Amino acid sequence: MKLLWLQSGGCGGCTQSLLCTAPRPLPDELRGAGIEFVWHPALSQESGDEALQLLEDCVEGRRAFDVLCVEGAMLRGPNGSGRFHLMAGSGRPLTEWVERLARRARWVFAIGSCTAYGGLSAATPGNPLEACGLQYDGDTPGGLLGADFRSAAGLPVVNIAGCPTHPAWIVETLEKLALEGLAPEDLDEFGRPLLYAGQLVHHGCPRNEFYEFKASAAKHSDLGCLMENLGCKGTQAHADCNTRPWNGGGSCLKGGYACIACTEPGFEAPGHPFQQTPKVAGIPIGLPADMPKAWFVALAALSKSATPKRVRDNAVEDHPVVRPKVRKAAR
Amino acid sequence: MKRIRLGPFNRVEGDLELALDVEAGAVVSARVNSPLFRGFEMLLAGRVPEDALAIVPRICGICSVAQSAAAAAALAALAGVEAPPNGVLAQRLIQATENLADHLTHFYLFFMPDFARPAYAGHAWHAEAARRFAAGQGTAAADWLRARARLLEVQGILAGRWPHTLALQPGGTTRAATPADRIRLLSLLREFREFVEIRLLGEPLEAFAGLAGADDLASRAAGDGDLALFLRAADELGLQRIGRAADRYLSNGAWGLFGPGVCGGDGAVDVLVPSRITEDPHSAWLAGSEALPPARGETTVDAAKPDAYTWCKAPRYAGEVVEVGALARQLVAGQPLLRDLVGRHGGSVVARVVARLVEVARVVPAMEQWVRELRPGEPFCVPAPLPDSGESFGLVEAARGTLGHWLGVRRGRIERYQIIAPTTWNFSPRDTEGRPGPLEQALVGLPAGDGALPTVQHVVRSFDPCMVCTVH
Repeated sequence: MKLLWLQSGGCGGCTQSLLCTAPRPLPDELRGAGIEFVWHPALSQESGDEALQLLEDCVEGRRAFDVLCVEGAMLRGPNGSGRFHLMAGSGRPLTEWVERLARRARWVFAIGSCTAYGGLSAATPGNPLEACGLQYDGDTPGGLLGADFRSAAGLPVVNIAGCPTHPAWIVETLEKLALEGLAPEDLDEFGRPLLYAGQLVHHGCPRNEFYEFKASAAKHSDLGCLMENLGCKGTQAHADCNTRPWNGGGSCLKGGYACIACTEPGFEAPGHPFQQTPKVAGIPIGLPADMPKAWFVALAALSKSATPKRVRDNAVEDHPVVRPKVRKAAR
Repeated sequence: MKRIRLGPFNRVEGDLELALDVEAGAVVSARVNSPLFRGFEMLLAGRVPEDALAIVPRICGICSVAQSAAAAAALAALAGVEAPPNGVLAQRLIQATENLADHLTHFYLFFMPDFARPAYAGHAWHAEAARRFAAGQGTAAADWLRARARLLEVQGILAGRWPHTLALQPGGTTRAATPADRIRLLSLLREFREFVEIRLLGEPLEAFAGLAGADDLASRAAGDGDLALFLRAADELGLQRIGRAADRYLSNGAWGLFGPGVCGGDGAVDVLVPSRITEDPHSAWLAGSEALPPARGETTVDAAKPDAYTWCKAPRYAGEVVEVGALARQLVAGQPLLRDLVGRHGGSVVARVVARLVEVARVVPAMEQWVRELRPGEPFCVPAPLPDSGESFGLVEAARGTLGHWLGVRRGRIERYQIIAPTTWNFSPRDTEGRPGPLEQALVGLPAGDGALPTVQHVVRSFDPCMVCTVH
């Protein structure tokens, strides 16, 4: 399976994250699964005219490729001209290259939340960059390719959302595709592969015990649950960050800071400070997915009243000050 | 005279285009175009100041932590707080880890593959260069990526993940290392040290960091590490004499390890005075044509501006064109090998590449020491309440050089946010006085046009450009 990769209005962080593929390094992992790059801006030798010729050959069907991976938002401005990103050497807007190549691709992958939904590139007030995703403008279907776009294999754009994406979200989706194809039912309502977006970030959260008892962190570096005060959206964000480790064993929550729901359309403009939980009458506005408000309020009150001292005390420290009790005395 | 347009320039971070005026097979004039605009400075206005910590790492996927650190430094200055010792150590470790990963990603994935080009077939070192470094096929990429993934586990422990962490805060870091973390961190650093000593340098870090001059370095070409292969190729191609820019260097100093200053090729170091930094939008598709201090800077699109040719402004120090990066850091810090290399031939491809490797050799032992100094149980972060209004700035060293964030806050909201990134310095266009930026100067005189060797490619990549930062 052959991949063609382009970058535009983004930070390149999804490629940098992809290069963290482990335990097998990316080249070995992909080769083993029969996947290769036709061209990748950070990895290939071809530069300048050679690269342009290669891309033109792909557009004209003289050179075969299967998956078009695009990384970065589509910058349509100023005034629809696409001049905020003319692909170097070509004088043509990158949006035009993407449109022409998408017609040839059997599958189109949006790598990262910018590419999927617009992301931070679209977050400037008034969106002067006229930035959008490949098939979404925020949470609204449309974007550069339009709501009705289907690639040659009959699928809408596959949105590997995340800011950045986890390397395995990309690699596993590609390997699934190479193994047995992708069907519409493999994707969720926002085009994200269910193999990682079928869960919540909350699942496997290392702060689970603090969450259960609503023992909340009050300030940065505290061990407690980050939902009540520090802006955590792990109970609403679709991704498997706490069951699939980042960089060996990490995650945002393990790193001590809030999940800002970077796999969700519109995460970049939450309407409140990222690291503060918006509340009404002391109750967080964003409640856990699938949880009726009255239940949450009742359970929260009950669990707060039943919080063990160990959990309550440790929640507001950066290291455990009370250890779990050892029940059995040594003989 | 003929004008050549070169692009897309791959194996740099982001998109890059060069316009070269060529006469008799040599560059007589160069213009560097950063063809992508991102507009983060506009995006930040109106947000609460702390939101910068979530937004600025996303300027750059490869120096994400450095962006976080600059914002955290600016916010700390505004709040008037200092991180506790553990927080300082953890911030340094997180930044230094990114620095190491970036330096060797540059060497292994971006820079070295050019020596595997067919244009060099027939050179004694070419077969080995192709075997190790041919893009997509060489054995070195997988070796490096395995080592890189293990090194970045340091970020998994101290920063949750990389890139794009929220662990760096004005008052320290959000993750207090445990006693077990300290042991794991030391183990990861040992593993990285082994990779660098065996695969890359062929000798202990301390021995390489102690090299005193060009002759010492030349003797390393006989080794069997990847450095030796580079030295053999570079020597034959004369890359120690190619790529000179303005020979004026600036560094903010980093991690209590390398001091700040501004210096020339002779090594005499002046004090760095941040208020002498200006940014000039003259050649950018941005409104204005006057060099302004960044605290007064504006970012307003003017896509129809005549004579503009890039989205990048031109930073200058005391009106001068300066170069930033590992070479600048090491020269300002007085490292003898780099002083000798630059003293002989000015800033060159070899000097820039070797400076990164010297820095790796000097930083790893410091990191081992910082981990030992961590004191689990003592605080990693203090609160940093911000005033309602005020101005501040944060200057840090990213892998590619000096990075500054200038912040103005009014009534609890960001009123102005200006960023000068390392490649903004190095790949800056002509300023109001018509002075070309560092790369524009370095390209003049190089062979170009039909049948020319890929010398231009080596010089451009010797700066390790990060275009996405440049155009923030």
